[in-house]
Amino acid sequence: MGELWTITLLTVGMAAIATLIMLPPGLLLAWALARGRFRGRVLLETLVSLPLVMPPVATGLILLMLLAPRGVLGGVLANLGIEIVFTWKAVVIAMAVMGLPLLVRTARAGFEQVDRRYEQVASTLGANPLRVFLTVTLPLALPSVMAAAVLCFARAIGEFGATMMIAGSIPGSTRTLAVAIYSFAETGRDTQAAQLVLVSAAIAFAALALSNWIAARSGLRT
Amino acid sequence: MIHLDFILRQGPFLLELHEQLAGGITALFGPSGAGKTTTLDAIAGLRRPSSGRIAVDERVLFDAERGIDLPAHTRHIGYVPQEPGLFPHMNVRRNVLYGRRPGQRLSLEAVTTMLEVGEFLDRRVPDLSGGERQRVALARALMSAPDVLLLDEPLAAVDVERRRRILPYLLRVRDDLGVPVIYVSHDRGEVDQLADRVIVLDAGRAAGEAEEEAGEKGA
Repeated sequence: MGELWTITLLTVGMAAIATLIMLPPGLLLAWALARGRFRGRVLLETLVSLPLVMPPVATGLILLMLLAPRGVLGGVLANLGIEIVFTWKAVVIAMAVMGLPLLVRTARAGFEQVDRRYEQVASTLGANPLRVFLTVTLPLALPSVMAAAVLCFARAIGEFGATMMIAGSIPGSTRTLAVAIYSFAETGRDTQAAQLVLVSAAIAFAALALSNWIAARSGLRT
Repeated sequence: MIHLDFILRQGPFLLELHEQLAGGITALFGPSGAGKTTTLDAIAGLRRPSSGRIAVDERVLFDAERGIDLPAHTRHIGYVPQEPGLFPHMNVRRNVLYGRRPGQRLSLEAVTTMLEVGEFLDRRVPDLSGGERQRVALARALMSAPDVLLLDEPLAAVDVERRRRILPYLLRVRDDLGVPVIYVSHDRGEVDQLADRVIVLDAGRAAGEAEEEAGEKGA
């Protein structure tokens, strides 16, 4: 059971880190897409959603080319002594990139539902755009923002394709739930694989229940 | 003196105003779709005119030729929209204090006393009646020490009885605070009762105007 426990904790922990890291830029992106009028908005929107529709393995390969020691970014980081590929950091990056589209899309829908009049009134009361966002838009869209974070987290938990490409399946380091299920099933450790399936089902169920509960509560409030 | 001298085009709609307003209460009167709210939005900086100039005394808020377009949060224009737009996630006190400008002469006590909202400062917004919301929105706008106060049909959502009770508060804003008020309405009676001057808007243009007495123009 020790091994399964490690895998579960590792996965949940890294998914939480990925979600927390993505929350500030993700919300900012969602806000810009919901409210901003700027050139390249459609392009940005498409880029953000790309990981949702591209084969995860392909996204993983792009990340690998970027982050490998000979890659564009990886080279710079290697000079700084930072190693990414096939470490837990690669897992977090894969999770973050794959979770971002769900985070942005859900939060964006929430921001769009906030009545613009509230934001406009706040600005006539002297609040600059950042203060309007922090004190009016964000609190009013909080249920959606929380749902967005939950979905991002759930997607991160299930991440497989991109993780395989840039992180591999190193026990105790990069072997996450999904990766472990695959490895176990492939090597004939069916019992462990089945146990992990149960664990991931439980986590997915809890995340969805939480997200639905938040949605229901916000529905009652308005 | 408020200088409104601008053209705002939006699709087939054209709004054109050339007015100089002294203090007191100016009513913008006209049928719906005449451009009343659009005018307020342009003054508050929520909508950008295509050309022209908007200034309050010597302070230029918008000048297309000189490339001046102050963002709404630096304009010092108090705005009470038709739906009073009280922040539903804050209680009344936090709403009223939201836009308080440091160093302004009005105290919270003075404003809440004048508008008689002191007793429900700790209430939640959903628990307020329509008339109470209007007064809170008015108090909130005043606490930001505006140079001009814009009111968009402040009495449209309240019944006749409450209307009669709110009118004196608006007169107090004019008489006690000396804040110029631009007041949008499509109710002739209200306009006659309140306004020092009337601009009649029709299909985006000032069709007529009058001091004190609105007369029968443009109705």
